[in-house]
Amino acid sequence: MAEHRVAGQAVIRRDLLEKVTGGAAYTVDVVPQGCLHAKVVRSSRAHALLTGISTDEARRAPGVVAVLTADDLKGLFRRFGHIVPDHCILAIDKVRYYGEPVALVVAESVLAAADGAELVEIEYEDLPAVMTAAAALAPGAPRLHDEDYGASGDESFSEMAATPGQNEHADTATAENVAHRVDLEWGDVDAALADAAAVVENSVEYPMLYAYAMEPYNAVATYGDGSLHVVSTAQHPYMVRGDLARVFGLPLARVRVEVPYIGGGYGSKSYTKVEPLAAVGSWATGRPVKLVLDVEESIYTTRADAAQITVRSAFAADGAILAREFEIVLDSGAYADNSPLVLAKAVNRCFGPYRVPNLRVRGRSVYTNTSPASSYRGFGAPQGALAGELNLDRAAEQLGIDALQIRLRNLVRPGEEILPGKRGIDADLPADLGMVHASLERDAHRSPYHGIGFGCTASDAGAFPISTAIVRIQTDGSATVMSGSTEMGQGSRSVLAQLTAEELGIPIDTVQVVQSDTAAGAYERTTGASRTTTLVGLAVQRACADARAKVAEMAAEVLGCPVEAITQLDGAVEGPGGARLDFGDVIVRWFGGAAGEVTGVGTVRRDGVTAKMPPFWEVGVVGVEVGVDSDTGVVSVEQLVTVADVGFAMNPKAVEGQDLGAATQGLGGALFEELVYDGPQLLNPNVVEYRVPRMKDLAHKIDTMIVERGDGVGPYGAKGAGEGALNPIGPAVASAVARATGRWPSRLPLTPERVWRLMNDLPEIDDAG
Amino acid sequence: MTAEARVTVTADVNGVAVSEAVETRLTLAQFLRERLGLTGTKLSCEMQVCGVCSVLVDGEPVSACTYLAADVDGRRVETVEGLARGGALDPLQQSFVENFALQCGFCTPGFLMMATALLRRNPDPTEDDVKEYLDGNICRCTGYAPIVEAVLDAARRTKAADHG
Repeated sequence: MAEHRVAGQAVIRRDLLEKVTGGAAYTVDVVPQGCLHAKVVRSSRAHALLTGISTDEARRAPGVVAVLTADDLKGLFRRFGHIVPDHCILAIDKVRYYGEPVALVVAESVLAAADGAELVEIEYEDLPAVMTAAAALAPGAPRLHDEDYGASGDESFSEMAATPGQNEHADTATAENVAHRVDLEWGDVDAALADAAAVVENSVEYPMLYAYAMEPYNAVATYGDGSLHVVSTAQHPYMVRGDLARVFGLPLARVRVEVPYIGGGYGSKSYTKVEPLAAVGSWATGRPVKLVLDVEESIYTTRADAAQITVRSAFAADGAILAREFEIVLDSGAYADNSPLVLAKAVNRCFGPYRVPNLRVRGRSVYTNTSPASSYRGFGAPQGALAGELNLDRAAEQLGIDALQIRLRNLVRPGEEILPGKRGIDADLPADLGMVHASLERDAHRSPYHGIGFGCTASDAGAFPISTAIVRIQTDGSATVMSGSTEMGQGSRSVLAQLTAEELGIPIDTVQVVQSDTAAGAYERTTGASRTTTLVGLAVQRACADARAKVAEMAAEVLGCPVEAITQLDGAVEGPGGARLDFGDVIVRWFGGAAGEVTGVGTVRRDGVTAKMPPFWEVGVVGVEVGVDSDTGVVSVEQLVTVADVGFAMNPKAVEGQDLGAATQGLGGALFEELVYDGPQLLNPNVVEYRVPRMKDLAHKIDTMIVERGDGVGPYGAKGAGEGALNPIGPAVASAVARATGRWPSRLPLTPERVWRLMNDLPEIDDAG
Repeated sequence: MTAEARVTVTADVNGVAVSEAVETRLTLAQFLRERLGLTGTKLSCEMQVCGVCSVLVDGEPVSACTYLAADVDGRRVETVEGLARGGALDPLQQSFVENFALQCGFCTPGFLMMATALLRRNPDPTEDDVKEYLDGNICRCTGYAPIVEAVLDAARRTKAADHG
């Protein structure tokens, strides 16, 4: 691997300096002059017709400027949704989940808006509700959606989801509440099942999760003069721009979406959330309107898809997989949001990075009268892996093979295809797993009520490769980098600065990265699927090369020599006879005054190294050792071992941070976290009863390893990080608990009560309760 | 509805004397963020369980989300904005940056204020002391290990500086 000056170093992230002083501005801190504040009035029913909304009293309340319902939005396109535009800004005629926005109160202050919201009266005519996927799929189940909302708003969606052998059906408005279907099949599964030495079948339930990004969803919108300016917590400002332009019938260029620092995203801030609400508030009042949700409202805005998965696998006596069959049902809530893609990914990821000669996967995303589900870190992979990996561990036990050997027997080798026709795997999974195994074994307790578990996953990551970047070299040789990729804590601002400093040969302190402003920056399709270092990295690298090429042409003109006579140096060029000109000298001399700049542009599309989908595979290889308290069922994590197989670690400390953070979120879903519906509403829409990992839950030993084999398509062989360590944690913990207790769990989280039940041979859930 | 009742709050906020008439229901967090423009203090759970809004009142950590502004009358309030002196980060801030003890940074002001309170009462904490004291602060990005290390590191630096 080539030597680098800045890339690959654990440089201090400059955004952290701003953040520790309290000076960093987040969306929630942005309050323009004259700003009004909005409060959402929400449905108190899971499924009901709206028969009347009384707003008069609220309108008369002190400080209230406007009260909006769907009727006030006539003339606008009143829905949003990048795949299925089924999501009402304010409920039209009926509500489909408890917590759905029905009215918006806009007032002079936060308190006045809250007071006004109390005065809005909503009358309902209740409809029968379907609160679970099973209820939604039952014959004769009440339907959530009667309308056909039309085709996908995101053209690259089908391209991203599609796999040869995969069939997709967008089934909006079906009698059985199926929002989307994806099937994937190759080989002859039935024949393989008939010939197998062992057939292992199990079912799992993956819990309904909430990402709990600590900054709740919020936005501030200013509408006027045929244009709209929104500052929001959006991961994908350009996607939100598209939804907003459609709502108001505005040209894309007249909609500006800006994203300052975000207090965590983890996928949960992908796509449009509260922006249309703030925007219609401003559209109606002519003043800036800010809307900040609380945590309960945020939970009712977006959660992750729960899943019920049945898997059946056929094995040869030596543990070789002969066939796998999955049936996936996602509980996707009342609106589609990104669940169709979550489903497509669950289908692609459930069977794991293994040689599977015969495969059949049937997936359905189901509408229920619950809060809408969408992206959350790793989406589809954690759900699918819980089924697939637990199945493999159960097979190992049945066949008398250990958990390591059955994986090594079946893992794809570097370059091998997981999905036919797609990019072969750009990772060495057997080597990664060997590292995890060695670390775990070194410190294993080998005592009663302890158990070790592994997990391996591979995600078709990177999303659709459309990226642009702009690099502007200044007269003093410093550089401004523009990207539409959002800094949400993952450290992209620092990584892109490192990369630019490396490529231009300038000090990192002279690079400024400007991100996520659709009116003053570069286009980026999304910030998700771990794409930034790889895809935006390529765009920035190309923008630097473009800027350098322009500088060379200008230098040639200034020096009166052919461009071929110009040599590129660090932050400078050299002409014939050793004439060295700094970038700034070239700019100043070419423009003929002490001013000017050079603009380099870089683009990435499905071409060249990124022609083949996915742009890269994000692998997850983890191991855990747990200890179980035999009296209480409390699980403690003795060891947490992860491998970040990232090709090239642009900033190794940042990579470790991403992996430990991802693994910790995985542990949350494995041990603590679950949203629970009781009737129409959630029992625990808050951080008291929705318990996330805390400091005392830290594993006793943490080993976050990084391997760099330069096998990614990104700069210097990099590929994405940040989701991989989450995806296989659930099954790893479940298998470890199984080995500690002697019984196989089938659902997460493994709360003390559930583990105690396992140990005492009781059903995992108290159905009698 | 008649005009809302107000009380006058006079307090020392980060060494600056402030006096404001506030609604009786105004929280300390709203007072700091909306009236004083001290937006470093963030809000998340608003139920006193996530620790994001932790500030110090007369040296004791409180959750600004549920603490009434009226109750700081005559008291001393410290927020994250008061940690750095003369443009120089304090040892905890410096240590958080160097140990990558934050990513999105939204929880960080709360962690810094709690850790400040810890190190004042226990300048030489053990790893378990840190975990015990900061268990009420939630971070969703880092997985906590770098935060524990940052606090221990800051304690070591402060000790070294005091003895040096």
